[in-house]
Amino acid sequence: MTAAHSGQTLDAGADPGGGRAGRASARIELSGVTRRFTSPTGKVFTALRDVNFTVEPGQFCAVVGPTGCGKSTTLGMVAGLDRPSAGSVRVGGAEVDGITEGVSFMFQQDALLPWKTVLANVALGPVFRGVGKKQAQASARDWLGRVGLRGFEDHHPHQLSGGMRKRVAMAAALINEPSILLMDEPFGALDVQTKAIMSNELLGLWEELKPSVLFITHDLEEAVALSDRVVVMTSGPGTIKGVYDIDLPRPRGAVQEIRFEPRFLELHHQIWESLKDEVQRAYADTGGTSGTAGVEGASGSSGSSGRSKPAGER
Amino acid sequence: MAITSQSKERQMQTPDQIRSALQSEIAADEATVTARALRQARKRKLQVNAGRALLGVLVVGGWQLFAQWKIIDPFFFGQPSGIVRQLVDWFQHGTSFGSIWSQIGVTMEEALLGFVYGVLGGVVLGVLLGQVRFLADVIGPYIKIVNAVPRIVLGSIFFVWLGLGTPAKVLLASVLVFFVVFFNAFQGVREVDRVFVNNARVLGASRLQITRHVVLPSALTWITASLHVAFGFAVIGAIVGEFLGAQQGLGLVISDAQNHFNPNGVFAAMVIIAVIALTAESGISFLEKKLLAWRPPSSTEVAGI
Repeated sequence: MTAAHSGQTLDAGADPGGGRAGRASARIELSGVTRRFTSPTGKVFTALRDVNFTVEPGQFCAVVGPTGCGKSTTLGMVAGLDRPSAGSVRVGGAEVDGITEGVSFMFQQDALLPWKTVLANVALGPVFRGVGKKQAQASARDWLGRVGLRGFEDHHPHQLSGGMRKRVAMAAALINEPSILLMDEPFGALDVQTKAIMSNELLGLWEELKPSVLFITHDLEEAVALSDRVVVMTSGPGTIKGVYDIDLPRPRGAVQEIRFEPRFLELHHQIWESLKDEVQRAYADTGGTSGTAGVEGASGSSGSSGRSKPAGER
Repeated sequence: MAITSQSKERQMQTPDQIRSALQSEIAADEATVTARALRQARKRKLQVNAGRALLGVLVVGGWQLFAQWKIIDPFFFGQPSGIVRQLVDWFQHGTSFGSIWSQIGVTMEEALLGFVYGVLGGVVLGVLLGQVRFLADVIGPYIKIVNAVPRIVLGSIFFVWLGLGTPAKVLLASVLVFFVVFFNAFQGVREVDRVFVNNARVLGASRLQITRHVVLPSALTWITASLHVAFGFAVIGAIVGEFLGAQQGLGLVISDAQNHFNPNGVFAAMVIIAVIALTAESGISFLEKKLLAWRPPSSTEVAGI
């Protein structure tokens, strides 16, 4: 946490979202979103059905739900990697069309390029946006310092531990100073202690830059500890079961300690009551069905998304 | 570990002292283990080299003796001493088509040019088709058809087009190389992790940037793997081309030796080609190491002690 608060704290307030567009551009609205996939055999599978929720600018919103409830699909549509079959996904009031501007994505898997050094990986964001190599590297160096990885610039990702790789991924995601940060179970593969440390660092950086965050997780404790709003989803097909506003004070401080606050326990209990049935139902369902989940196909999508479906099963 | 005897003593030390004591203990342990491992590695290397030398002497010596004792007929099978004599003769007096060096030079030129053109063509088309699905679907079947043709036979056509000179052999070699590299590059592009591509897209990469920063480096593992085989094919293309008709080159030397019932000559030319191929192989391995320096060391390199 020490590194996170140094540096550009001052301009973070004056120039939110990298100045590309004002704060209002960071509002995410999903209304009536349905997403169906067609398997190669022609079977249609509805991943999401009539999903409505809003993430206010600068809000930290967590989405929890059982496995296979279409959480990742939702993120993909906000990023512009995927299109809804029906309904609309709006970012900053404009319908998402093509890759959404000002968005960064932290994936569950390692998205660091193994053939590039840590520094080059972090510098990718500015390089792709046409910033000169020198300047991109300088800013990557700065960001590596902020996530506490000074001195690891010339390492390759495989030489780092899982937690360190996540820090690099965090720096790579934040270097463009996104107005929206999409996180797909970013800390899912980490051990409990590392996860807690990473969560704290994320909160620190978030409070500095204040992007809108859409954070997907299985872990309800993590969701409550970090976010302003928790969206509970059902599975098969994914729908919204409930939206809970978390009124714990900010800054939250260490996530390990907030777990013992009475208000935290109360909220956690309340949301768990809602989530519990879904988890049990999803568990019972996966016991019996083979499932077509993960099969991506052409259905109601148009334009640039046609040639680049995520994880297309050929 | 003598935990019980030391535990009492440790209780009276601070954690730092315990840690530093432990550290020196560990360092001493590691030093002895390292020394032992080094000794074992040296011994093993010696054994392996001795085994290799023995096998070589056994095969070559056996060949020589069997031929001398007329168990196998040296007229058909040649014999090592004859091969060496033939090599010495070539390098001292040249072949019937000029100095042996110029024969080697001609064949190498054909093979190398064919290799370079074939690799370039294979990589470019492989990467293109790997990324543009429509093109792949349209062209794919035709590439498969051409690949199914015994391509050596294409040599005859190339001679009709280009005559007996170098270009026909270069073309034959590059066609052989092309398919090996193409299929690997194509597959390599197809295997690129979608997460890498999606991440680059979200970060604002253009198609060209994705190709350059994500797709090509990722496919490079596949492409370099194909280069080893590809160089072999380039040499085959050049030699076979010279077989079909040439004024110079190692293929011509071989076919000449064959026509004169000179097995030693055929074997001698094979030795020269083998030396060339091994040299090129080590060059490609070096290149591979350079290009793929980022890869984590494989488990065989990090041997457990």
